[in-house]
Amino acid sequence: MKTILRLSVNGMPREDAVAENALLIDYLRDALALTGTKQGCDGGECGACTVLVDGQPRLACSTLAHSVAGREVETVESLSKGGNISRLQRAFHENLGAQCGFCTPGMIMAAEALLRNNPHPDRNQIRAAMAGNLCRCTGYVKIVDSVEAACGKERAL
Amino acid sequence: MNAPDRKVKLTPTNRVANKADRGVGARMPLIDGIEKVTGTARYTADLPANGALVGKILRSPYAHAELLEVDISEAVKLPGVRAVVTGADCDVPYGVIPIAQNEFPLARGRIRYIGEPVAAVAAVDEATANLALSRIRLRVRELPAYFKAAAAREADAVLLHENKQGNIERAVHNEFGDTAAGFAAADLVREETYECAEVHHAMMEPNAALAAYEPERGHLTLWSVTQVPYYVHLTVAQCLKMEAAHIRVIKPFVGGGFGHRVEPLNFEVIVCLLARAARGTVRLLMTREEAFLTHRGRPETQIRIKLGLKRDGSMTACEAEVVQRGGAYGGYGLVTILYSGALLNGLYKLPAVKYDGYRVYSNTPPCGAMRGHGTVNIRFAFESLLDTMAAELGLDSIAIRRRNLLQAPTETINGLKVMSYGLGDCLDWVERASGWKERKGKLPQVGGIGKGLGMACSHFVSGSAKPVHFTGQPHATIALRLDFDGGITILTGAADIGQGSSTIITQIVTEVLGVDYRRLRLIANDSAITPKDNGSYSSRVTFMVGNAAADAAQNLKKLLVAAAARRLKVTEAEVEWYGEGAAVGADPDRQVAFEDIAEEALVGVGMLTVNGTFTCPIEFQGGKQRGGAVGSTMGFSYAAQAVEVSVDLDLGKIAIDKVWCAIDCGFAINPMSVEGQVQGAIWMGMGQAMSEETVYENGRHKAATFMDYGVPTIIDSPDIAVHIVESMDPNGPFGAKEASEGPLSGFMSALAAAVEEATGHRFRMLPITPEKIFAVRQEQIAAAAANEVSQ
Repeated sequence: MKTILRLSVNGMPREDAVAENALLIDYLRDALALTGTKQGCDGGECGACTVLVDGQPRLACSTLAHSVAGREVETVESLSKGGNISRLQRAFHENLGAQCGFCTPGMIMAAEALLRNNPHPDRNQIRAAMAGNLCRCTGYVKIVDSVEAACGKERAL
Repeated sequence: MNAPDRKVKLTPTNRVANKADRGVGARMPLIDGIEKVTGTARYTADLPANGALVGKILRSPYAHAELLEVDISEAVKLPGVRAVVTGADCDVPYGVIPIAQNEFPLARGRIRYIGEPVAAVAAVDEATANLALSRIRLRVRELPAYFKAAAAREADAVLLHENKQGNIERAVHNEFGDTAAGFAAADLVREETYECAEVHHAMMEPNAALAAYEPERGHLTLWSVTQVPYYVHLTVAQCLKMEAAHIRVIKPFVGGGFGHRVEPLNFEVIVCLLARAARGTVRLLMTREEAFLTHRGRPETQIRIKLGLKRDGSMTACEAEVVQRGGAYGGYGLVTILYSGALLNGLYKLPAVKYDGYRVYSNTPPCGAMRGHGTVNIRFAFESLLDTMAAELGLDSIAIRRRNLLQAPTETINGLKVMSYGLGDCLDWVERASGWKERKGKLPQVGGIGKGLGMACSHFVSGSAKPVHFTGQPHATIALRLDFDGGITILTGAADIGQGSSTIITQIVTEVLGVDYRRLRLIANDSAITPKDNGSYSSRVTFMVGNAAADAAQNLKKLLVAAAARRLKVTEAEVEWYGEGAAVGADPDRQVAFEDIAEEALVGVGMLTVNGTFTCPIEFQGGKQRGGAVGSTMGFSYAAQAVEVSVDLDLGKIAIDKVWCAIDCGFAINPMSVEGQVQGAIWMGMGQAMSEETVYENGRHKAATFMDYGVPTIIDSPDIAVHIVESMDPNGPFGAKEASEGPLSGFMSALAAAVEEATGHRFRMLPITPEKIFAVRQEQIAAAAANEVSQ
């Protein structure tokens, strides 16, 4: 059965009829066409669907849409504003933090949550904050480099 | 009437600055990187599919059975079901190797593994599709099933495929040089056995396909996650008995492949069968578990290997027997078993090699090509044995490898050409960077932590020199299109799956033409628009498509220089080409802008489309022996790496502290991309070495999730320092060779050597898990205690 879901997505208030058992990822991708949020696994393993709920990283594939009623949801689409990509997006782009790009939106959202809480993490803090996000292309080295670069640090290697 | 020529101010410096920024050798970000970081890149599952039917596949719960009946009568009755297809709907077998096609998209007559597609449904929504699957009844007669190569090879085993005695898909026996004489001349001969678990690609994007059938025209369009759109195109035409001209195949953004997608896959045919049967559009989104079941990974492998060495470390002979559990169907299998033998050669000077390989059918998901195709497990065995024998002779690991270096150009005993060879420089760097001389064998063991350093070498082809299909067409084709707007569109069939091939092609065209790279657009992988390409496998794209791109750019440049000469009213020889324009060499103030040159070039002919091609000459296509084409290439990449570990001696847990790798990629067209490829390759080797393993219980996949399978997380992953050695290959584009597969296969034995230093035990079995280390430690402790008591 569908009921009305009220929440904010990427700064815009929304009011949609959403099935009570709908997952947040399906709501974002199918109803709002926000396909930047990816499904990489069968639930809760890969982090490709990481979004922010009230600023905290959450797996959209393991979150019921109605459980975030009244909350603030941010997806990767919110980071680029007026044609200007964010410092994290720029850093991932310029440092090859993305290869195939499939894990990238989730990686960037996890890193965004980290940097809001800790603007100058060291490499181990970066690794700890992103332990829930899998990547199969980069070996993670340039992902850590990218997050460091977004904080204004030189590459360590 | 022509507009007056644009005023330009071009100097040689403009052009050089542009090329330094974006031409070859530049650390250029991916040309499609912005889409990836903003989330606007559309992968197959992201494509608009309003009104598309939902496809679902019914998979076999039986490991081996005669399929007597697939009863779909209850499923088709359900409201909302638009199509149900079974093996009866496709009687044409397919497979990537034309001589080994023995797989049907949906099982016919026989089921050979748990997870094999048996039927498929297209319905108005997911719930209806799932309900329909549950209404399909299978009637089978179960057969004995074989989950290990040895069981499948038993004399009384039921044959999986009627014409394959002993369930051997392919046996390879060859000898080059005189191994008996080689072993007789050796001062030390040792023989060991090795075992490697089966591994899987686990690319991040799950499988997905979208097929649109236009019943009025009888045309079909397929969007899929493939690395080889051309083979998929041929396969769909073959299996659906359609004209290839009535099919269009498009590859959107693809989230990795690593070999999973280098052959046409069953779901790509199934989605087309469904779309045609439903006379509409069907979307098939598959689960992570289904990717594991579709598989095509690196096979479980047993290796017996024997090596002969002189006292000074030089190799005299090698003998290897390799058994691969290939799974239920052919796929790339015969190529995999040939690769394992062929690439024993080409890394070191090896005067005699005897190889016996057996590719065995089993009731497990089909294996196929995976990064480092066929070369990885045999390299683990070879490098490990070389290391232990070096120790026995009192030789250093790096020194013994230096003793056996090749000298390019040369030809191996099995007919492979080595045209450039930077392994010596790779060894020098790794030795320095890792502090090998000062630190090997001298690392402090602190508390319960054992420390160790290990190293190994490896290599890989830059594209298989002989394509799978013999068409007489060039091995690579690129088209460049120039029209009224002065924009140049690069048209390529090369599949960028994240490795960055579109960026490399763009850099090469930028370099040759000298234009601002923003003048270039690249369109890839739409069979209605782009030239055919054999696909992204065997690390062929940079080498072959790169050469074709350079050729195309040169061909376009010739036309542009001629047009500039006409505008400047001089001969072509007098034109100085600046890329964004041209000038008279002797009078640099007489200039013409690119836009005006382009306008001139189109006079009388209209839009220009210029082709560039590349073909590997026949002399590079391998030895004359049967299967001799496998392993043949125009350029081998070389890599040396050192690995430093800390092993918790109580828990058996390994921490990789650091990896140093030097890669001879000929020339780095994009050094940042080379680093990224090398880091990714080494890391994937690390996964296989330490944690990854498919596990079957009575044929049922027990590890079909990222976690159970053992993909390493960012926490388990070390920093990897990469050094680029440029040997300037004579045939590669600007000297370039491959960089993304070769480094993988060195990791395992480098790790095993490091763990041996830390624990005193040499592991000859992958993966080297904490459980295995713990078990060895318990034995060591018990032995030490017994020793103490007896004293």
